[in-house]
Amino acid sequence: MALAEPNGGGRPRAALFSRYVVVALKTLLSIAVTMSGLLLVTFVIGRVMPIDPVLSMVGESASKATYDAARESMGLDKPVIVQFFYYFRDVLQGDFGISLLNSHPVSEDIKRVFPATLELATLGTIMGIVLGVPLGVFAAVNRGTWIDQVARVVALVGYSMPIFWLGLMGLLVFYGILGWVGGPGRVGIFYVDLVPSVTGMILIDSLLDRNWTVFKDAFSHIILPASLLGYYSLAYISRMTRSFMLEQLSAEYITTARVKGLPERTVIWRHAFRNIRVQLITVIALSYANLLEGSVLTEIIFSWPGIGSYITTALLSADMNAVMGGTVVVGLIFVLLNIFSDLLYKVFDPRAR
Amino acid sequence: MMKPFHNLMASVVLGLTVGATGLPAQAETPPNMLVIANRIDDITTLDPAESFEFAGSDVSRNVYGKLVNFDPLNLDAGYGPDLAESWTVSEDGKTITFTMREGVTFHSGNPVTAADAEFSLRRAVILNKTPSFILTQFGFSAENVGETIVADGNTLSITTDKRYATSFVLNCLTSTIGGIVDMKTVMANEADGDMGNTWLKTNTAGSGAYSVASWKPNESVTLSANPDFYLGAPAMKRVVVQHVAESASQRLLLERGDIDIARNLNPDDVKGMADADGVGVHTELRGRLMYISLNGKHPVLSKPEVRTAIKYLIDYEGMQNSFLDGQYTIHQNFLPATYLGAIDDAPYALNVEKAKGLLAAAGVEGLEITAGVREAQERVEIGQSLQNTFAQAGIKLNLVVGTGKQTLSKYRARELDMYIGAWGPDYPDPHTNAGTFAFNPDNSDEAGATGLLAWRNAWDTAGLTEQVAAAVVEGDRAKRQAMYESIQREFLETSPFAVMFQKIEQNGTNEAVKNLNLGGAITAVSYWQITK
Repeated sequence: MALAEPNGGGRPRAALFSRYVVVALKTLLSIAVTMSGLLLVTFVIGRVMPIDPVLSMVGESASKATYDAARESMGLDKPVIVQFFYYFRDVLQGDFGISLLNSHPVSEDIKRVFPATLELATLGTIMGIVLGVPLGVFAAVNRGTWIDQVARVVALVGYSMPIFWLGLMGLLVFYGILGWVGGPGRVGIFYVDLVPSVTGMILIDSLLDRNWTVFKDAFSHIILPASLLGYYSLAYISRMTRSFMLEQLSAEYITTARVKGLPERTVIWRHAFRNIRVQLITVIALSYANLLEGSVLTEIIFSWPGIGSYITTALLSADMNAVMGGTVVVGLIFVLLNIFSDLLYKVFDPRAR
Repeated sequence: MMKPFHNLMASVVLGLTVGATGLPAQAETPPNMLVIANRIDDITTLDPAESFEFAGSDVSRNVYGKLVNFDPLNLDAGYGPDLAESWTVSEDGKTITFTMREGVTFHSGNPVTAADAEFSLRRAVILNKTPSFILTQFGFSAENVGETIVADGNTLSITTDKRYATSFVLNCLTSTIGGIVDMKTVMANEADGDMGNTWLKTNTAGSGAYSVASWKPNESVTLSANPDFYLGAPAMKRVVVQHVAESASQRLLLERGDIDIARNLNPDDVKGMADADGVGVHTELRGRLMYISLNGKHPVLSKPEVRTAIKYLIDYEGMQNSFLDGQYTIHQNFLPATYLGAIDDAPYALNVEKAKGLLAAAGVEGLEITAGVREAQERVEIGQSLQNTFAQAGIKLNLVVGTGKQTLSKYRARELDMYIGAWGPDYPDPHTNAGTFAFNPDNSDEAGATGLLAWRNAWDTAGLTEQVAAAVVEGDRAKRQAMYESIQREFLETSPFAVMFQKIEQNGTNEAVKNLNLGGAITAVSYWQITK
């Protein structure tokens, strides 16, 4: 009789390893295909847009000779397919080209603006999860009661209130009148560049540098825009959590658990909530991804130099190198979040392994 | 390896606790530091040979010395000596010889010499970037700069292709492209024969009152005072220009004392600030004009009666007193007030009956036209006002609102019936606007003179081109002024342009700020004379 393998699965270790390798290769291939497609689509959109990138560089007073020279230097005189080939080759080397608008390498710009958005969106998402999930659960458990109604109103306001208005009101009240938080910008003007940039996220960099003054100031600046994003995240997460929970709470196994006399807390959190975790991961990942690329208005109101406003400004100014660079990075983030969600599924749901 | 992580985790709790208890906002800005909120997302480069945007000019004016320059405390005096101490003009009027000021140094410590001035002007011509036309219009070219721009000891001579008004040449040298760069520093950073252009896009090498300590696109520009500035070390040791796009955010920052100057306040915020303590409003007339133009290729819009009728269908006062209140003033000609030769004639006002009569005389009925307009709020509002007043005379105006680039591309291709736009002078001489509104030597499509507004509107200028060409070479200042006045009076009657407004800039300021000068209609802001 053959002995069972120590991993209990009866599966040879080498076979398991090769399975992991295959999965990893498939994942990498999927990323490569997705990103290539994204590059192609972004490039094509960039070329068919009815705006002139040369004009945005040389300005409207430029002579025809200057215009033609700039067009040639940008490679726009070459066939489109050749332009795409060069672009694809450069991107593979991490080179997104030079921003037409500010003369900086796009990769450097992204390195500067993306951490600003990451910091803001992460804090906003954490707030959304910490407040939104319990709110959704309580609303479901207390369906039809005043708690449910309050949760509904909170979410409705979050969905329907224009972010522009809410942001300005927040600034007016908490910064302008009460003076509880810092104003627009990532950090007070006196603290700019006081801590070395390690991650590009000022909260973390100031902690690494043990500079509490800068940390406090940066926190006072981020708390309001992050709360605003957190509120929108909360509205979405709480409604989805409520919906998922209602579905579980009406299932037979919950009735059985209650009949068995299990405490209500155990029924809700150990039984019902455990079963919605996988669905919640998808919701949270989507919400996070949206905040990472969709917080343009918040960034504008709070003068937050993030990737949303970077791409928008670039788009309106026909700075296609910057648009394509930013879009590729956001696309990559979506892909990575998707993969991360898949991994979490496997952790929380044995059926997905 | 784990130390940073431990630091991080240990600090998070402390930080969150402090943060949650509420933090006081910043107090006033320090007395030797100037903090400005402005929209600076138009800075594309810091190279004076290439820079051609508003926020870029603001930086350049404070970083680079020029041969001649304006005194911010006395702009009305016109240009005066800067890095050139004096100059003489040859008898034929074609050569100007500058004597350089002794003892001035660049930020690097290198002395400013005539060779640097020669290098800077030659470089600007050879690089042939967007603003190069400001110099090449004098006949300078990459091929001839060796003979036309020449340093000799402590003097620099420039020789133009023909006689021009000396004031025209010197006015042009006050613009950004006239900035003198540190040749040794720039050439030490040259790459692939680019004369340091790549390096100077993001770095500076000047001799002005400030050097650029950092430029983070769409975020901030920080300037450090030059303690060796030849006019004396500036009182403001550090100037920080923060990119704040929203007017309301700028106002809040100003009222909280976190900034000293708010550059982009809308009329509502200016009014709302009236009762705030410690802040005031600084007002200056700028060079920007708001105008509409009619395409000469359009069979109806090319008729003189129709052009005139449309000028009577604009509610100048209504717009000035409503949504443009405090931001624009009525001005109906191409030279902004304060320019040499500017006139304040404003014969047109809304007169629907007169316009109807003119349209009837031209045999026009049921006219429908399409106007291109950028998506800027004030321009769209102007468009809507025009829609309303045009409709009163039976003209249907369709607005096509697009991004700046979309609209401009069509305008430059002569494809728009009508354009609602703005124009800012390129340099502080009347020729800057005369040479584009009323100058068009070849009106054919093949000419491709996209830089000329007259060409974009397919207008042959009806003889004004020759008058403009004569005015730009007139050496007598009074005669030259009279020539521009005459050109404008004719322009007012015959041109397809209806100039409507001139820009007023209203800045919110901390009352402690003294000697602020935004540059009026002729130049950019300067910081070295500011005190608090």
